[in-house]
Amino acid sequence: MPALEILGLQKNYTVGFWRKREREALKPLHLTVEDNEVFGFLGPNGAGKTTTLKLLMGLIYPTSGSARILGMDWREPMVKAQIGFLPEQPYFYDYLTAQELLEYYGSLSGVPAREQRRRASTMLERVGLKDAARLQLRKFSKGMLQRVGIAQAILHDPKMIFLDEPTSGLDPMGRREVRDLIHGLQDEGKTVFFSTHILSDAESLCDRVAVIHNGELRGVGVVAELVHRGKAADETEIVWHGLHAAEAIKHLGGKCRIVGDTVRATLPASQLEAALERIRGSQCKILSVNPVRTTLEDYFLETVGVSPHSAIEVSR
Amino acid sequence: MITRIAAIASNTFREAIRDRVLYNLILFVLLLVGSAVLFGQISIGIERIVVINLSLTSISVFGVLIAIFIGIGLVSKEIEKKTLYTVLARPVRRWEFIIGKFSGLVQTLVVNTLFMTVGFYAALLYVSHGLGKTDLIPLTAIYFIILEFVIMVSLALLFSSFSTPILSAILSFGMFVIGTFAEDLRNFAVIAHGPMRWLLTAAAYIVPNFASLNVITSVAHDQPVSLALAMQNTVYALLYTAAVLCGSVLIFERRNLK
Repeated sequence: MPALEILGLQKNYTVGFWRKREREALKPLHLTVEDNEVFGFLGPNGAGKTTTLKLLMGLIYPTSGSARILGMDWREPMVKAQIGFLPEQPYFYDYLTAQELLEYYGSLSGVPAREQRRRASTMLERVGLKDAARLQLRKFSKGMLQRVGIAQAILHDPKMIFLDEPTSGLDPMGRREVRDLIHGLQDEGKTVFFSTHILSDAESLCDRVAVIHNGELRGVGVVAELVHRGKAADETEIVWHGLHAAEAIKHLGGKCRIVGDTVRATLPASQLEAALERIRGSQCKILSVNPVRTTLEDYFLETVGVSPHSAIEVSR
Repeated sequence: MITRIAAIASNTFREAIRDRVLYNLILFVLLLVGSAVLFGQISIGIERIVVINLSLTSISVFGVLIAIFIGIGLVSKEIEKKTLYTVLARPVRRWEFIIGKFSGLVQTLVVNTLFMTVGFYAALLYVSHGLGKTDLIPLTAIYFIILEFVIMVSLALLFSSFSTPILSAILSFGMFVIGTFAEDLRNFAVIAHGPMRWLLTAAAYIVPNFASLNVITSVAHDQPVSLALAMQNTVYALLYTAAVLCGSVLIFERRNLK
């Protein structure tokens, strides 16, 4: 049984005051997420990722379509006891301490009263906020709030977790910790559906991804397949010490970048043997030889119809 | 269901008691009650009447202000700050959220009124040099003031569920002012003619009848309130509040939280 089935969810907004017109925020979306999968929902800002998550959480109502979460209609209150949700840029009741906030959410999620305190402490420890448990949230940094957000999303041991931009606002260490946490959730048998525009996170975390742009689903697939797509060995990158061979490599069709005494060249894979021979012949020291593979970023940019050099916001 | 409503109510109460503005307002009321003693001393022979009138009016007006200013933010602030997202993503129904918020603010106002009542009786004790049986009569007025708060919270919540905080404040305060003169509106409707009569009668029944909840002058003159009026006002306040809350729930249930 799939963990999530989105069956043609669509959302139109009415815009304008005098001349009212419909704006299509999300075109009919069909998507399936398997059980115990880490699924990335990718798209540039304003693509429709948050709209989709809000529809699934019942925060906004669809114009048409439906969804099934864990085999049940997505509007069933029972479903919500089994899912966790982290909104984008979460904001919490800042007059509460982290411990109080989690106990409050525990009571709303049906965690037994006697367990709420212990569960809240365990979650804060898991997200590295044990020492800040008694601190009011108004004194928390953005990164700390994001961690509290993750703690509240997994507090009630949900089977499926929806995370909207979970790594946004985090420093590199924090991002790494969130990635580890998502891997940990998958190991515990949970399904994770997360939206992001940070493609390196999606590439390292997801089993499958979907790309959405202008409210329309542009592609879905297994990350490894999308990344390779038969183009993996088209080009090769060679890095070596010594400047002598650079000219010879350029004659073979290579593009060289020279930093100090090190040359980094990209050239057609068919020229690899000839290039290695010339570098060795020039008494240079080869440091690495790697095939240039297509990245998720390339796939993403191609899918949304933007050239890699345009100004789209892509963080790597 | 009860656990969730109680949790939301308790969180609303906690938010209110951690809000410094609330303490400023309570302090202001207690100062007014204290100043009633001063006014009483310069009002030869009617000290007690002045203290009761001034104190109960202060409790009523400032309680209504607290009801409006906290009430208008109950829903809109949660939407604006997006704190509602993590609440409604849990097994919490929207109507449970509305009832929980309403209960929490009513709880806050009841506790505040108890504190202010203590201040009022301290002032009364000071001017009367002792408390007698007739000094229990103002408690009925305080009970009616609480009923007034209950209605005001439901109205503020209703406006808050579909409009901005500023507009909600204007609408709530407008309802309070018109409701205070509800009897005059009804009398005016009686002498009006044609469509105006229908319009005024409809308006008189739509706005809350705060005039009948105001017995401050009569209790200040030691006139006890009849049990029939107490029952009638209680039933009226409960029915009016229930109707307004149903309206809030109906609006909020359909709302997209953009």
